[in-house]
Amino acid sequence: MTVMNLAQAITDALDVALTTDPRVLVMGEDVGRTGGVFRLTNGLLETHGPERVVDMPVAEAGIVGTAFGMAVAGMRPVVEIQFMGFSYPAYDQIVSHVGRIRNRSRHRFTAPMVIRMPYGGGIGAAEHHSESTEAIYAHTPGVKVVVPSTPYDAKGLLLAAIEDPDPVIFLEPIRLYRAVKEEVAGGHFVVPLGEARLERSGDDVTLVAYGSMIRETRHAADVLADEGVSVEVIDLRSLVPLDVETLVGSVEKTGRAVIIHEGHRTAGFGAELSARIHEEALYSLLAPVERVTGWDTIFPLKRTEEYYLPGVDRIVQAAHRTLEG
Amino acid sequence: MLQILTPDGELLADAPMDVELTRRLFEAMVAARQYDRKATSIQKQGRLATYAPFEGQEAAQIGSAAALRPDDWMVPTYRDAAAMWMQGYPWTLLLLTRMGDERGGSPPDGVGVLPPSITVGAHMVHAVGLAWAARLQGSDRIAITYFGDGATSEGDFHEAMNFAGVFRTGTVFVCQNNQYAISLSRRQQTASETIAEKADGYGVPGVLVDGNDLFAMYQATSEAVARAREGRGATLIEALTYRLGPHTTSDDPSRYRDAAEVEAWRLKDPLDRVRKYLTAEGAWDEEWETRVTTEAHDEIDRAVAEAEALAALAPEEIFGAMYAEPTPELIEQKRWLLESRGNRP
Repeated sequence: MTVMNLAQAITDALDVALTTDPRVLVMGEDVGRTGGVFRLTNGLLETHGPERVVDMPVAEAGIVGTAFGMAVAGMRPVVEIQFMGFSYPAYDQIVSHVGRIRNRSRHRFTAPMVIRMPYGGGIGAAEHHSESTEAIYAHTPGVKVVVPSTPYDAKGLLLAAIEDPDPVIFLEPIRLYRAVKEEVAGGHFVVPLGEARLERSGDDVTLVAYGSMIRETRHAADVLADEGVSVEVIDLRSLVPLDVETLVGSVEKTGRAVIIHEGHRTAGFGAELSARIHEEALYSLLAPVERVTGWDTIFPLKRTEEYYLPGVDRIVQAAHRTLEG
Repeated sequence: MLQILTPDGELLADAPMDVELTRRLFEAMVAARQYDRKATSIQKQGRLATYAPFEGQEAAQIGSAAALRPDDWMVPTYRDAAAMWMQGYPWTLLLLTRMGDERGGSPPDGVGVLPPSITVGAHMVHAVGLAWAARLQGSDRIAITYFGDGATSEGDFHEAMNFAGVFRTGTVFVCQNNQYAISLSRRQQTASETIAEKADGYGVPGVLVDGNDLFAMYQATSEAVARAREGRGATLIEALTYRLGPHTTSDDPSRYRDAAEVEAWRLKDPLDRVRKYLTAEGAWDEEWETRVTTEAHDEIDRAVAEAEALAALAPEEIFGAMYAEPTPELIEQKRWLLESRGNRP
């Protein structure tokens, strides 16, 4: 066991994958000599060499398309896109090829690859650097979407994603990279995709979140607990596949649900979660499902981003509304 | 422009292959044309969905594909059935795709031909990744990709060529410049004099080839393949050719080009010049061509029958190849689809 933050856990997972599987490559912009814009690939070039850790020219579509070709040929590329907001040039590759090849060849060709994308705001970054558009990828057939929120999960989920026979979009919450530390097992282990994590058990209201919003959700749960509310917190960890059983089971128990994400509200992933709750747990509901989300605005720049990001107050207020109902 | 065999069937340089191989590739071009005409004809009867004919481009496809090794990767488009077939992709599966069945995208084991790209351009860079992977795997497999003049306007062309140059991958880019991207003429597509010269910007050799010349296509591709296999990097081949038919069976080319232009290109038919050459070599007679044509016709008829005899996928099977294991969502949706259909098959 070593105490690591989320960034270190991802570096460790990449190192383990490169060490144990000769098919694995890390490729992306500035991932080699610089160690990546967030330094998550630091040291990998020195340890594993330039054939395995490849600095690529600035062309996201080309990088993902090249990795796709490699994956079809039997390699296990792990692509780093510098920020989620830079992934859109590669979206055509993802929707037109990466997510389709298994179906359009009826399993004859597959693309086992991981596309890592730092996502989310809260660090006062420049425009395009704070996107949280996971709904786009969750809406794209043929890819899986994974979002860790803790160092342990980040390592175990990334190793599971790399070993998965299908392509995985791996979203990394930027502002949690170095925010928390916890003990993480050394060497190889996996956290299975598609299994939510019960972060906290309670009976009165279910808070459902993932990735970057787990920290605010946790704080909100503390505030509510101080008020005497018994709060259950679920960290989804995977959006595709989705652990509906855990989600619905929790809402059936509490009768109240607050969904929290920082992506835009309309057609955001919370809309899907709310729909699933209504389809499967309507008669357990004691109050309307609440969504605490980013707004349908462009993600604001530094001076106003706090107005956009769901914070503890908004989560607590939403929980109060469900409890008043 | 590299030309070895003129439209009159005269050699301008040494033939890059012996008469026996020339006869085999002529047979292949005859078969490809039979396929193309059969597909066009049964599409009109409603037995195929939209079809994209390649008549006029047989030498560009057969000549280039003949230069490959059977295990080489191929990343084609929807108009490259002749090249795909040369590389081992059965007519039956090519037809099956056009009938609207995903199983057409699953070639036999050992055939490294990806299902054809339908969107224009995004596939070219896959041939960079495939060739790069081969190198990492200690193999000298190369990857060839086909695309049209229109695809060179896509940003994907730039990214693929640039990556192939930077990483010196064993990729052969074959642009079949057939003069039109649906209705847009080659002159409206790019201001550069040739497409081949675009390679200069990427540190990759570019070669302009008479795409209706079987010998020139075979020679240029053989050189590009050798370069790729020896680790000397990529090549861009511009095959100057002409799409004699419509863009697809849904297209009406009379809206954008003159019949006179088409007739002028008919005189440069890729089959005619090989026929003339073989005749001069004493290696062609009408009886042989008739027999070859009939055999190809029958083989393609059998392929059509085989494809049409295959029952459509069952409803639940549309969920069956999304992932290695279906997600809970897909399992649930499959159940709903089956329930909604009641007892219908």
